[in-house]
This record gives sequence, C-alpha cells and structure tokens, in this order.
Amino acid sequence: MEKRLIHLNVNGEDYELYINPKTLLVEAIRDIIGLTGTKRGCESGSCGACTVIVDGMSVKSCSVLAVQADGKKILTVEGLEQNGKLHPLQRAFLDYGSFQCGFCTPGMLMSAKALLDENPNPTKEEIKEGIDGNICRCTGYNSIIRAIEAVAKGQYKEG
Amino acid sequence: MKNYVVINTHIHNIDGIAKVTGRAQYTFDITLPNMLYGKILRSPHPHARIIDIDVSKAERLPGVKAIVTGKDTLGIKQGIWRRYKELCDEPILAIEKVRYIGEPVVAVAATREEIAEEALDLIEVKYEVLPAVFEPPEAIKKGAPVIHEGFERNINVTRHIEWGDVDEAMKEADYIREDWFRIDGQHHVCMETRCAVSSYTPDGKLLVYTSTQAPYYIQVLLAWVLGLKESDVRVISKYTGGGFGGKFELDAAQFVSAILSMKTYRPVKVVFSREEDFIASKRRTPMYYYTRTGVKKDGTFVARETRVLTNGGAYTGMGATALYLTGFFHSFPYKWKAYRYDGFRVYTNTMPSSAMRGFGAPQATFCSELQIEWIAKELGIDPFEIRRKNGHTPGYEVPGQAYIQSCGLRECLDEIEKWVKSKGELPPNRAIGISCYGFMSGGIFNWFDTPYSFSSAVVQINYDGKVDLFVGAQDIGQGSNTTLAIICAEELGVRVEDIRVHSGDTAVCPPDLGAWGSRQTLMAGNAVKMAAADAKRQLLEIGAAKMRPNIVYDLDIRDRKLINLSRPERWVDYFEVVKDALRGKEGQKIIGRGFYTPHRKGMISPAYSYGVQAVEIEVDRETGKIKILNCVTAHDCGQPINKLGVLGQLEGAVAMAAGFGYLEYMPFEEGKLMNPNLVDYKVMRSTEMPETEVIEIETYEPEGPFGAKEAGEGLTNPTAAALGNAIFHAFGLQMKEVPMTPERIWRALREKKEK
Repeated sequence: MEKRLIHLNVNGEDYELYINPKTLLVEAIRDIIGLTGTKRGCESGSCGACTVIVDGMSVKSCSVLAVQADGKKILTVEGLEQNGKLHPLQRAFLDYGSFQCGFCTPGMLMSAKALLDENPNPTKEEIKEGIDGNICRCTGYNSIIRAIEAVAKGQYKEG
Repeated sequence: MKNYVVINTHIHNIDGIAKVTGRAQYTFDITLPNMLYGKILRSPHPHARIIDIDVSKAERLPGVKAIVTGKDTLGIKQGIWRRYKELCDEPILAIEKVRYIGEPVVAVAATREEIAEEALDLIEVKYEVLPAVFEPPEAIKKGAPVIHEGFERNINVTRHIEWGDVDEAMKEADYIREDWFRIDGQHHVCMETRCAVSSYTPDGKLLVYTSTQAPYYIQVLLAWVLGLKESDVRVISKYTGGGFGGKFELDAAQFVSAILSMKTYRPVKVVFSREEDFIASKRRTPMYYYTRTGVKKDGTFVARETRVLTNGGAYTGMGATALYLTGFFHSFPYKWKAYRYDGFRVYTNTMPSSAMRGFGAPQATFCSELQIEWIAKELGIDPFEIRRKNGHTPGYEVPGQAYIQSCGLRECLDEIEKWVKSKGELPPNRAIGISCYGFMSGGIFNWFDTPYSFSSAVVQINYDGKVDLFVGAQDIGQGSNTTLAIICAEELGVRVEDIRVHSGDTAVCPPDLGAWGSRQTLMAGNAVKMAAADAKRQLLEIGAAKMRPNIVYDLDIRDRKLINLSRPERWVDYFEVVKDALRGKEGQKIIGRGFYTPHRKGMISPAYSYGVQAVEIEVDRETGKIKILNCVTAHDCGQPINKLGVLGQLEGAVAMAAGFGYLEYMPFEEGKLMNPNLVDYKVMRSTEMPETEVIEIETYEPEGPFGAKEAGEGLTNPTAAALGNAIFHAFGLQMKEVPMTPERIWRALREKKEK
C-alpha cells in the first residue's frame, strides 16, 4: 500500500510522518513518535487506555487512523504537565490516590480533561458518564470521581 | 494507639508522579535495539494429539528469524509447586498433546509483528482430535477422556481438612441444612496484558523485562526450563499493569520470548492480545460446592461438612493452593466444633484455573454466608446475632489450622449493624445484605521450595542521610513500594521523601516471594522494619556517644531527629549523625539487613484480617435487574499503614468482587470461551459503581509490622455474598449460582412465580 505523508501536532510539537495509511493513531503516537504514555488495553475500542484529545475531543486512538488526524492538534498525557508543573488533574489524582497500577491512568486523565473542558461544572453523574468508556481494574473509580470533582470545584487552580 | 509520625497519614503513592505523567515505563512500552517480535500459534482444539508440525513455508517467509515448537525446548513440565513433581505438569509449548483451546503450540520471531502474524498462517499443524471433557462432574466419571496420564478419574489434587467428629457433632444439631452451589470463573482482566521482552546475549546471560507479580519466581522458573543458572537470569519488572493473582506463574510471553531470544541472540518482545489474554492465561477457579451445616436451635454452629469439585482446567498452576484455601475459608470466620472438608481439583479440557484475588475464599464465603443467612431466617434469628454468636474472637485456635491473635470481627459487626439500623425501614424495592469475611496475611508453606527467606530487605543510608531501600516485594499497583517506604521511614525516623525504593529487579533486590496471598505488608513489611532497625542501631551507637544518655534504650530517631525519649528536648540532627557514623565506619555506607520467614504459625498464615460488609441494592421486581447503591465495609487490617493505599484496595476490591457477583461471566461452549473481549465480558464501569464507605477497626497484630496485617485480597471475599443476601431479602430468592446475572435472577423469579 502506498505510504502517505501526514502532519500531526502532538503536545505542541509538529511531526511529519511518512506512513502506511493503515497505521492507527495510537501506533503513530507510540511506535513512531515514541510517546509511550498512551496505552493500549484491547483491540475493540472498549477499554479507553488509548484515549487522547484530538482538536479538543476525547478520542480512542486505537479506533482512528493516523491519517484521519492529519493536520490536527493532539494532546497526550505527556502534554498535561508544563515545565515540571503538574496539571490540576494530575495533582488531584495524586492527592486522592486515583490510580493504582497506573496503566489506565493516562487515558483516564485525558477523558477527565476532555470532560472538564467541555463541562467545567459537571454533576457526579456527568463525571461518571464522562469516564464510562475507560476501564480501571484497580481503583473502583470512586477515587477518580472524587479527584475530578475536586478539580471542578476549583481546589486545584492552574499554575 | 501509638502516635506515629508517618504511618496512616496522607502519603502520596511514591510511584505516582511517574504514573500520572506517562513516564512510567511498563514492559508493554519497552523497545530494545535490534528487537524482534514474537507471536504464538495456539491450539484450536480442546484436546488433540499433535501428529506433525510443518513450519517449512513459514521459515521461508522473509523477515522470519526463528520458529520453535515444544521439541526445540528441554521439554520440562514446569509448575510453581516445585516441591511436588506430580504437580509440575505444564510444558508451556505443547509436547505431543494439547489440552485446551489456546494452548501454545508454535512460536515465531520476526522483524515485524505483521510478519510474525503472517508466518503463523503458514504453519501447518496436523492434529488427531481426541474426545474432550469440560466440567468436573463429567471428567471424574469412569471412562472419561484421560487428560494427563497417571491421574485416575482426572483428579489432579485432593485436599482434606478436618477437626472434631462431624458425624457425632451433627447428632447434637437441631437443624441441618444442605445446599449445592455452582460458582463460575472470573478473569483477571489486567489492563496490561501478559507481555515480556527477553534478551539473551553471547555471554550466556538472559535479561527479561516482564509484567509480573513475582520477579523472583519468574527468574527461578525460567532458569529451570531453559537450563540456565538462576543468577544468569535477570528479571526486571519496574511497573506491572495489574496482576490480581494472574501474573505470578511462568507464562507463555516470558517463556516464548526467552527461548526465541536464545535462538536468535536478539531481543524478542511478546505481547498477548486481549483475546489471547482471555483464552490462554488463567482464571479464578470455578467450583461446585456441596455444604451441609448443623446448628442448634439458639443458632450455635455445631458442625459443617463440605465437598468441593473444582474445575482445574488443563494444568495445575496455583490450583492446589486455591483448593486448600477454599476449604479453610469456608469455615471462616466462625467457630465450628467439628468441620470436615474434602476438595477435589479436576482436570478438564478448558483453560487452566488458578489464583485470583481472594484465592478460593470469595467462592467459599459466598456459599457459607448465604447458607448462614438462610439458616438464620428459618430459625428466626437475627443475622447479626447468629454471626456474633459464632464468630472468631481474639485468642481463638482453629483446631490444627490457625491461631488467631488480633480479631476485630465483633467490632466490625457492631459498626455494620449500626449502619444498617441507621437506614431505618427501606422502601419495598430496596434491600441490604451482609457478609462477614477474613483473609490470610501471606501463606506459610514453602511449596516453591525456596532456599531463601520469604521476604528480605536491605536499607542503605548514604552520606547525605538519604536512604535506598531494596526490596524483593513487587508493586503491582497495590502500592507496596509506598507501604514499605512508610514502614522504613517510621522505623528509621526519616520521612518518605528521604527514601528511594528499589524493587522489581532480581539482580539488585534481595529475593522475596512477591505479591500474592496478601503477604507483602506483613512479610516484606517485617523484613523492612528489621532492616531499618538494624541500620538505626548503627546510628544510635554514634548518637549514644554524642548524647551520653543514662540508658541506651532512651534513644530513638523520630522525624529526622535523634532524641532522648525521656528528655525529648534533647536531640541531635539525624543528618549529622549519619555523617559521623559513616566516617566512623571507614567510609562505608550504613547498611541494615532484614528478613522474615513465618515460623510455627499453623497451617495457613501468621495473621488474619477480618471484616463485615453491607451491600444495599435497588431492584426491579419485574425484570430482576439490580443496581448496587451502597457498599459499606467495617474492616480490621490491624494497624493501617498506607492510608490512601488501604482505601484504594477497599474500593477497588468492591468493583472486582461485585463484578464477580453479578457481571463477569465466562461462558464456554465445547471448551471455547464465548466472550474473549472487553465488549462482551462485562467488568464494572464508573456508572455502575456504588457509593463506598469504610469504617476502619484498628486492632494490633503482634505478628505484623507496627501491628499491621493484610488489606488486599480479603476485601474481595464478601461482596458477592452480601449481594446474594441482599437479593435474598429483596426477592426471597436463594441464588445458588454465581455470577447472579440479570438473566439468572429473572429465571429464578419466573420459577418462583410458577411455583
């Protein structure tokens, strides 16, 4: 299959990739660009470990092709922290113990960020729905929900 | 309670920054230069003889670098119960026969994943399909297909537990009830599937990165099956994406990547797909339970007799342990004058079953707690009262099995009773069920036949007072690195941020049996405490010279100060003491060593957690659909060490155990798992998660570090049972099958109506 040239902006950096059009976005991010923070937990788009934000929308990066993201802005977990300063969600996750093995955490953080970007004052039910596509096998979710609530209530101001 | 500086305070997980920023590098993320990718061809048959394997076409595919079958291995049948040869029955790459669908048959290494996959399609395996058998009741019949030679009626292991005279005691019973239950399997569903990257080099050394709960076990088992010296195998597992009991045996990712690397002298990476992880790893053991219980009119338990058939699947794994523990925990946490258990683990042509969080106890607890609830109802006794009357108390000895030191069961019952009463009269569509539970704090048997201590730790203090803590204990997400750092900080008198924990590397860390059986807080914790105390003693020598106390025992280190306990205003700076101590030791770092092996602690464990859980549900009376609203747990883990860690274990266990109770289901047809993906296999998601509340009952366990005992697996034991009891109170249904899926509840409701 003929290779294609695409441009991705990931966490503010421009990348030019010459790739097989069948390449999944998650493969481009992990295997070509080398940002392995984003994980994969299934082949069916059902675990959410690969969640990234594409032009402001949360996307399961195993379910879209890299070529579909051509020219778009992508945010991965590595882009949350700025110059060593953790994002409010990252700080809240530490405070509430919202992760254990940590494998789902990057995807969970991206779903949480997309949720709060779209709806800064979600109800508890809306938070639950916002992360319903992300499986966490360790925590039982409640610590994650508490962390997102705390951020929504402004307990972790940016900066 | 003692006034601790660090213990049970709000301490962030010390691996947290790596995990919330994406820096944590899992085995899944590792790429080595010149690396190949390995793929596994698996058996499509539940039972078949391998007649011929033709790899010639696959070998000619450009990019294919190595192909191995069972014949290319040493052919060792391995098993984790090394001390018992007959229980070592799994060659990993099949030899002569396959015994379940998904069993590894051929492995390929190629320069790219797609090439390795394509090569699998070019391999031709000729099988002679054999008759297969899938359920224990059929497999034990005379004339059933023989799965392993030399095991009459396919019985793999038997276990017997007995105390008192059950037949005599039953004569004293006013009421005897017998029930049959059937409990299905459950899958671990670790978010990181099984994976390994192995690199064998011409100096004869093997380096293996892998996702495991027990690097030491993998080191030893790999050395055995590959014919290497243990010390020439280095296993690194810095971060493990979940374990839950599924990752402490040798798996095919580890074995196949190692053997392909030995053939090619190149690094080889093997990652299981989610489907492979479902069909060809291991699972919670499915069980058939028969239990007969005799009680007096006043609710006093007199005797119980239990027989269990477990579906062992094709190989042993940790199955012998699950078989023993389910028998023991079916008596738990109650006092029985007489108890008799006979367990039979039966080979079938299904995926092997083995350890999963709770290790035989969730099944045991379900069958016990539901039957007790039904008995209480029949006798008109309050469910709390019958449990209080018969529950363990401190100082109780389970005859020949266990000696109970700390036990907060009664306090847990009181607290949960208070909570239930505070709810008042419930609306007709709501109900509450309760369950008692408990679990061991690590096992005492040496079936692995290790010559080492069960846990070991080394504390090294550097010139600047900062500490390197080396542990063989494995952090698989449960937070043991943090818990052990807290124990080290408290004992040594420093802060958690002064400590760097080194774990998950067999070349650097002292041996430890790893993360299973809820053993690490107590066992590795004791080793760490001893190592820290050893290092501290060396500092106190210098401190004594500086402070000149009346009695040396007046000195201690607390929060970076070496103080005179009887005159706390007198202290010297910890960091200064370290400098002097190190110079005084001819420039050697201060090194403390600690170890722990349980000794004369009965048959099971040095200590037991206790608890009581209540589950409140809302039901739809027409469809049988249930929603879990609240889950409240009163929990005795001795002295809690890691505050956030304990809460995380509790809430996480609720999700996993509720899943076991009503969502997670592994239907097989002719040995084939019908839902090997995360769409059809339902795990709990955020929208189904109930509110969780925890009431800590603090006790002091003399055998544990700072009085601590387990808080990991035990919490998986009560939820399905409490849910079953809530369903009983809501619908009057006696559910005897787990999971209690909506369909099963609906069918039971329909049957009840028809009656």
